[in-house]
Amino acid sequence: MKAIITVLGRDKPGIIFHVSEILYKVNANIVDLDQTVLEDKFFSMILVADIDEINCDYNDLKDKMDQLGKKINLQIKVQQEDIFNAMYSV
Amino acid sequence: MAYNNNILETIDMIEKENLDIRTLTLGISLLDCIDSNIDRSCDKVYNKLTTVAKNLVPEADRIETEFGIPIVNKRLAVTPISILGSATGEKNYLKFAKVLDKAAEDLNVDFVGGFSAIVPKGFSPGDLNLINSIPESLANTNRVMSSINLGTTKAGINMDAVRLMGDIIKKTAYLTKDNDSIGCTKLVVFCNAVDDNPFMAGAFQGITQPDTTLSVGVSGPGVVQEALKKMQGEPIQDLAEEIKRIAFKITRAGQLIGTRVANRLNVNFGIIDLSLAPTPDIGDSVGRILEEFGLEHTGGPGTTACLAILNDAVKKGGLMAAKSVGGLSGAFIPVSEDEGMIEAASLGHLTIDKLEAMTAVCSVGIDMVAIPGDTEASIISGLIADEAAIGMVNSKTTAVRIIPVYGKHEGDYAEFGGLLGRAPIMRINNSDCKMFINRGGFIPAPVHSFKN
Repeated sequence: MKAIITVLGRDKPGIIFHVSEILYKVNANIVDLDQTVLEDKFFSMILVADIDEINCDYNDLKDKMDQLGKKINLQIKVQQEDIFNAMYSV
Repeated sequence: MAYNNNILETIDMIEKENLDIRTLTLGISLLDCIDSNIDRSCDKVYNKLTTVAKNLVPEADRIETEFGIPIVNKRLAVTPISILGSATGEKNYLKFAKVLDKAAEDLNVDFVGGFSAIVPKGFSPGDLNLINSIPESLANTNRVMSSINLGTTKAGINMDAVRLMGDIIKKTAYLTKDNDSIGCTKLVVFCNAVDDNPFMAGAFQGITQPDTTLSVGVSGPGVVQEALKKMQGEPIQDLAEEIKRIAFKITRAGQLIGTRVANRLNVNFGIIDLSLAPTPDIGDSVGRILEEFGLEHTGGPGTTACLAILNDAVKKGGLMAAKSVGGLSGAFIPVSEDEGMIEAASLGHLTIDKLEAMTAVCSVGIDMVAIPGDTEASIISGLIADEAAIGMVNSKTTAVRIIPVYGKHEGDYAEFGGLLGRAPIMRINNSDCKMFINRGGFIPAPVHSFKN
């Protein structure tokens, strides 16, 4: 199963580090990543992680990302990939 | 990544445009809870509901977290209680309403629908007992919803029921007068009610349904409105096409979530109701979509045409996206639950007469409309007869959920709170129709009902 993690907000140093640190600690594997900074200000990242082998509950991973989002003042969403496949493919 | 834009679009829909799953409604048959003793029957009802639906709310919450799409309401729909009541020999069915309310509270579901009777061709004693129990039952419960189906295209319209429901609505308004007659927000009168509607107040588990089914009501007026905003000056067929595309995406989300929850609860997946259901929040209004077509106010000339386009495009987009479509499917126009409609009604652009015309082309009917508390019962019955006639002749569902707010007058407001919203008290035509209503009897089914 894959999770889509989206990170949106004002750019600052260390965003990718913080997000990938959590993923490393829960044993999730990053399989794809796309990141841009718009007008030198707005950070946008979409990351696909394989979460089949994670060592915690899905909700715990989501909580950890929520807490990180609050700490560094960014919107971080974790959603299972199926929802996007369902909405955009027949 | 090929689908970056899709991911960002979905997140925008959820975060900014109020995309949500409006309801997961678990339909549960209570036919195996019939008993000649009302207390035993109530015990069976409580045990069945709390067993079958035990995991509904926890599983819905879990899925909400997994996919990041809010699931706003979790509801139950049960077999029309008049059927259970008939077997008991009792006259008052308040006990059934109370046990439904208690089960809903203990399960933490928002509403339970099915305090209902189906009477297009006449009443059984149980039907009459149920109808007469409605005012007291709705005044003494919080989560119970009641519906009466009094007409169909096949059977015609039961005009005795039309007359009776005018009185019942007035009594319900009186018994809940301390809360702006809120009891009437939980009572709907139908023509051509469907057995698999997941939306309230009209949900019940019809006897055509299996023992348990999970149905989904999707939503997303805000998503449609935002898309149309970007299409200034474009021809109407392109707007219809865009609405279809959005309805497709929204419905696919509903299909996925409904199927997952049904699997985890080990119940049948029923249907998706493709209705655009508004809430009183800004950016979640069907009225505002109609205005995006190019109307100054909902209710003005052009409104019925725009609603017809919207309703049709939503169905067309959703049909291919869902494995099984049912319920009411289209666009709802509940005045007090729709920020755009509240404004249009307050300014006098949206009238009850215009709403009646709009119901000929949309999902349901005169919905969540507040009228002066001193409106006579026969006037309410006249309105019900008109709506039922539109439904009967056009082979579609129509309904009346009207609130004669006790002690309030045209220009005042009724406050219901939450999803039920706030309603301006609207003018109603008080021209006397007592002699028509008091005739009773029935309206024969229309000629096109003879299809065999």
